[in-house]
Amino acid sequence: MTDKQDNLVEARGLTFHFGSRVIFDGIDLDLQRGKITAIMGPSGTGKTTLLRLIGGQIKPTAGTIHVDGQNVPGLSRRELFELRKRMGMLFQSGALLTDLSVFDNVAFPLREHTGLPEMMVRDLVLMKLEAVGLRGAQRLMPSELSGGMARRVALARAIALDPMMIMYDEPFTGQDPISMGVLVKLISDLNEVLGLTSIMVSHDVAEASQIADYIYVLSQGIVVGQGTPDELRDSDSEWVRQFMEGTPDGPVPFHYPAGDYADELLSRGDRR
Amino acid sequence: MNSLQQLGHGALTAFQRLGRAHLFLFAILAGLPSLLLRLRLLIQQIFSVGVLSLVITVVAGLFVGMVLGLQGYNTLVDFGAEDSLGVMVALSLVRELGPVVAALLFAGRAGSALTAEIGLMKATEQLSGMEMMAVDPLKRVIAPRFLAGVLSLPLLAAIFSAVGVMGGYFVGVGLLGVDEGAFWSQMQSRVDFDEDIMNGVIKSIVFGVVVTWIAVFEGYDAVPTSAGVSRATTRTVVYASLAVLGLDFVLTALMFGEI
Amino acid sequence: MQNTRLVETLVGIFVAAGFAALFMLAMKVSNLNAFSNVEGYEVSAKFDNIGGLKELSPVSVSGVRIGRVTSIAFDQESYLAVVTMTIDPKYNRLPTDTSASIFTSGLLGEQYIGFEPGGEEAFLKEGDIISLTQSAMVMEQIIGQFLFSKASEGSKTE
Repeated sequence: MTDKQDNLVEARGLTFHFGSRVIFDGIDLDLQRGKITAIMGPSGTGKTTLLRLIGGQIKPTAGTIHVDGQNVPGLSRRELFELRKRMGMLFQSGALLTDLSVFDNVAFPLREHTGLPEMMVRDLVLMKLEAVGLRGAQRLMPSELSGGMARRVALARAIALDPMMIMYDEPFTGQDPISMGVLVKLISDLNEVLGLTSIMVSHDVAEASQIADYIYVLSQGIVVGQGTPDELRDSDSEWVRQFMEGTPDGPVPFHYPAGDYADELLSRGDRR
Repeated sequence: MNSLQQLGHGALTAFQRLGRAHLFLFAILAGLPSLLLRLRLLIQQIFSVGVLSLVITVVAGLFVGMVLGLQGYNTLVDFGAEDSLGVMVALSLVRELGPVVAALLFAGRAGSALTAEIGLMKATEQLSGMEMMAVDPLKRVIAPRFLAGVLSLPLLAAIFSAVGVMGGYFVGVGLLGVDEGAFWSQMQSRVDFDEDIMNGVIKSIVFGVVVTWIAVFEGYDAVPTSAGVSRATTRTVVYASLAVLGLDFVLTALMFGEI
Repeated sequence: MQNTRLVETLVGIFVAAGFAALFMLAMKVSNLNAFSNVEGYEVSAKFDNIGGLKELSPVSVSGVRIGRVTSIAFDQESYLAVVTMTIDPKYNRLPTDTSASIFTSGLLGEQYIGFEPGGEEAFLKEGDIISLTQSAMVMEQIIGQFLFSKASEGSKTE
């Protein structure tokens, strides 16, 4: 299969302004079907915003996002909801419904969208929970779960409807090494077994490059680097290398843009 | 100049919120018909909004009725008109205190809980998670809570009034020795079903709509942080209470007054 | 899921309690049952002055309520007020010479009709007219009478 032939998600000239802040400034993305694509970049570059744009929760200022051939910003609410049934999203917090048990959380999309009899819902839920290794936790409430378990339950829920793609929002943030390892394995296994297309937003370079097939590096609203993990590590862009290696100062400044330091110290602060 | 700007900005923000609140209400109303197919959701919410407010309503109603009995007796006995105690207690409760106090308690007990719950659901991305699962949170989360509030408050207000009348009866007839027959018969001859009781019910329905609307809107519109949710909860109680008292005046003037 | 039934039951009880409360307000507190409760036999009485008597005012014997005033009219031939009352059929042994008076409960209380049973052997029945009546006390008249009698007392002793 040749590259860039079968793209599930295609963004062209994607621009998004939040107030007067420019989050994205005309970026192009191609996410291949059946692959894991990581979107990386420093915190505050709007990676989560990108997932929301793909999911149609917010509309871009300009540009198009095609998901499976449909332009997301141009869809009606009804069409958008139909499309979302084929998308799974794993939120950073898990976003489990706190008033439902683990079982009911995973059953939630099935009960909402399929008219399946309760027996079949039960079987499906148990299968999905087994896949993430938490069948034994089905009676627990979300408040009784650790962060890593909550994310795995959320993952089981995200795959409940057998979607064509899953979006992961910072799946590794704040996890202990073991949970992180579990999640890394789960994401790559699920992708392989279920034939999913995965989009992963992350700044955990090591884990992401371990499983990603292709990586986009974003900074200040533009794509500064893209390629396979190996290609990026050998990138000739100083910036991309700084990011991949995690050095504190470099093309990405340590300081938030500010006025002259000495001037501000000497002034009396009378602007406040 | 600066404070003038601030004033203008504040006014614009207020109008914007008001407009948002109304659009939100229409969206909820549009989501109500689909609820008929999901009665279980509604029942679940009537439980957490209505049933859990029952105890506080009954206790408050009992005490308010007893106080009315005591105060009313002390005033009426000076005129030798203590037989009218039943009328006084019943009219005060059915026309005013039942709907108003029940609505205030409801705003404090159920309204604040609704705002906090919805606000936290927003803060923990549960609402946007639902959206991404192609489930409309307005239909799944907001509409059942709204309808449950609107249905529960009139029932709570009726229970409040009924328990209050019994509290007044207990103090007036049981403790202070007002004639039992006079207590009930005077009440029955002076309290009109259409004029008094139905108007009280209408009031409590209006209060139910307004209090629940404010509660769910503040929750849905809350800044999704812990400080934002706590501010939204406070706003719910303050705005809902003021709205109840203000509307009570308007409704009373329309129903009973000749202003 | 196992507590769904409990929740549903409690909600059911809550809704039932709410409607029971409304029903109690309607039946026990307000005058609604007066409209529905039209059973009983009607008797009427004529008064010179009914004072503040209204429809639905109680009718009682020895302080026990036995019926209600159902209508009040003015008879242009006798120039008297005609008060029709519905009496609970339980109380069907009131003598025909029972007298009806209009009393006020308390100083400022409501007015009601009090029956004083007589000694006849025949009992009141549907459509009977009570002939022995005493009108409402009108405060101005009482005060007037009181002042008048005081004045006449004073003139006697002189």
